[in-house]
Amino acid sequence: MAGLIPASLSAEEGPALAGVDAPAPLAVSRARSVPPALEAWRRFRKHRLAVVSVVVLLLLIGAILVGPALWAVPIDDIDFGAKLQGPTAAHPFGTDDLGQDLLARLLYGGRISLAVGVAAMLVAVFAGLLVGAVSGMASGPVDAALMWLTDLFLSLPQLPLLLLVIYLFRDALSRALGLEGGVFVLIVLVIGGLRWMPVARLVRAQFFSLREKEFVEAARGLGASRLRLVVHHILPNALGPVIVAGTIEVANAIIAESTLSFLGLGFPPDTPTWGRILFDAKDYLDIAPHWALFPGAAIFLAVLSINFIGDGLRDALDARRVV
Amino acid sequence: MSGAHLLRRLLLAIPSVLGISIVLYGVLALAPGDPLGELVSNPNVPASVQAAMRASLGLNDPIWLRYVHWLFAMLRGDWGFSFVSRIDVDRLILQRLPVTIVVIGASQILAILIALPVGVLAAARPYSVFDQVANTIAFIGFSLPTFFTGLLLILVFSIQLNWLPFVYRADLNSTGLAWWGEEIRQSIMPVAVLGLFQGASLVRFVRASVLDVIKLDYVTTARSKGIGARRVMLRHVVRNALIPVVTLVALQMPVVFGGAIITEQIFRVPGIGSLLITSILSNDTPVVMGVTFVFAALVILFNLIADILYGWLDPRIAFR
Repeated sequence: MAGLIPASLSAEEGPALAGVDAPAPLAVSRARSVPPALEAWRRFRKHRLAVVSVVVLLLLIGAILVGPALWAVPIDDIDFGAKLQGPTAAHPFGTDDLGQDLLARLLYGGRISLAVGVAAMLVAVFAGLLVGAVSGMASGPVDAALMWLTDLFLSLPQLPLLLLVIYLFRDALSRALGLEGGVFVLIVLVIGGLRWMPVARLVRAQFFSLREKEFVEAARGLGASRLRLVVHHILPNALGPVIVAGTIEVANAIIAESTLSFLGLGFPPDTPTWGRILFDAKDYLDIAPHWALFPGAAIFLAVLSINFIGDGLRDALDARRVV
Repeated sequence: MSGAHLLRRLLLAIPSVLGISIVLYGVLALAPGDPLGELVSNPNVPASVQAAMRASLGLNDPIWLRYVHWLFAMLRGDWGFSFVSRIDVDRLILQRLPVTIVVIGASQILAILIALPVGVLAAARPYSVFDQVANTIAFIGFSLPTFFTGLLLILVFSIQLNWLPFVYRADLNSTGLAWWGEEIRQSIMPVAVLGLFQGASLVRFVRASVLDVIKLDYVTTARSKGIGARRVMLRHVVRNALIPVVTLVALQMPVVFGGAIITEQIFRVPGIGSLLITSILSNDTPVVMGVTFVFAALVILFNLIADILYGWLDPRIAFR
């Protein structure tokens, strides 16, 4: 969300700056040539908070993947004797109003929240790549029409529309794919379907500058087909900004899913996603603040670390942004 | 800024409104069942009457005809009535709209008041300690989802300190100054939640925009003429750096409306956001459609205002 505009602005100024780099003496660049991945890692490492964020995120993912095996408390074990307890040895994160263990529920919910985030990002990036690439290669009326569509989607009010679509389609999809599966597919498709525009714009801008470059010209001269030009020559060079945008998209999708669940319109009540736990906890803020604080902190940590990683990746992959 | 430019902008907004109405109607039409036909599918009504009602409501017409009918009804202001409260949808929305506009407006002002000075100061000394601290806080600010900040504020200021009420009341019974005092007290938290979130994302835009302008030649000229750093910043740089920020504020409007829905829901502010949620929870389709359409129209309106402002602030635009 927030990363969108500066990134797309800078994409427009890309050709001018890239043109400056090009005539650098060949000998110099060959003398200290390092593999691009290593070079990117060196730049990424300079962003301290991004490196810390990688560690935090890996810990979070590790906890979510391995945690339920180590902390084998059932998520729906109701115990009214222990309801609304703060953190204790038996329940490190406390319990909710039914006495269910919050740590177990958080670990389980994290799987869903992160899975939604990654899946929705993939949908958004795929759609954005498709629209951006077609638009960037076609130009003319096709480009104009696709960009009109992109602008139209950008001016749609996302949350109201998200709520509308889920309101209208939830029951039908739940019947077809099962309660959790239906909601998962619906949420991923809708979040992804409403978030592809920044990627499309980035890709289009990249394509516009790359397709005029000499190496593309050379490949075209050698008889490469359009598809080969796109897949082998242009796309790999356009991926840097897309990876950055995609990373930030994961954070946005996690927030979007948590928002839906928080409004009581996401996953069904017995599926403890982080947003859903917050939704249940908000009426008990005065007597059981821990119940809201732990899932809120989990969402915050995940989103913050992903945003910082995105920022570090921008430094690492988007070479022209490095001052 | 010429009249022709204004007119062109206005005309350009029409396809956007039509496009959005097609998307909204398409979603509604693709939905399974008869979302608008609650009365028609009532089992107490005999089948022959149902068929007659379907025909009279135009449910058997081809989809494009239904869309045109719906669009003209919307344009005439005939938005149907709420299934739940049996009030006209447009009246219901008009009752709720002012609160939403006030909360959003106040939070935008707060966001700009925070983002402008911080962003400009950060850009004046890029990579200084202040810049890095501001940048980190901004990251934290827009990584904190509004629903969590709202709960945190309630926890601290309503429950722990007991300073501010956490339920927004539309029916305050005091008058005069006391009313204003109460009104402001209960608006502080919703406005702060939205404003801080917006401010955090704006800070980075302002900083980037100022940094873009600061390296232009005319700024160097101003400096070499011996104009003081502060004056160059305020009179030469900031004025021009703000032009793209105007557009960015407008482009953020869809996000702001999303945030408004959440804050209204947390603090029970009786605006159109909470109306949307309650009508979704009670299957009140005409109201859901109406509110979504209003949100879409507001986004386009703000984009239009930004375009017009942009043309006025930057005369080069109008000649394109």
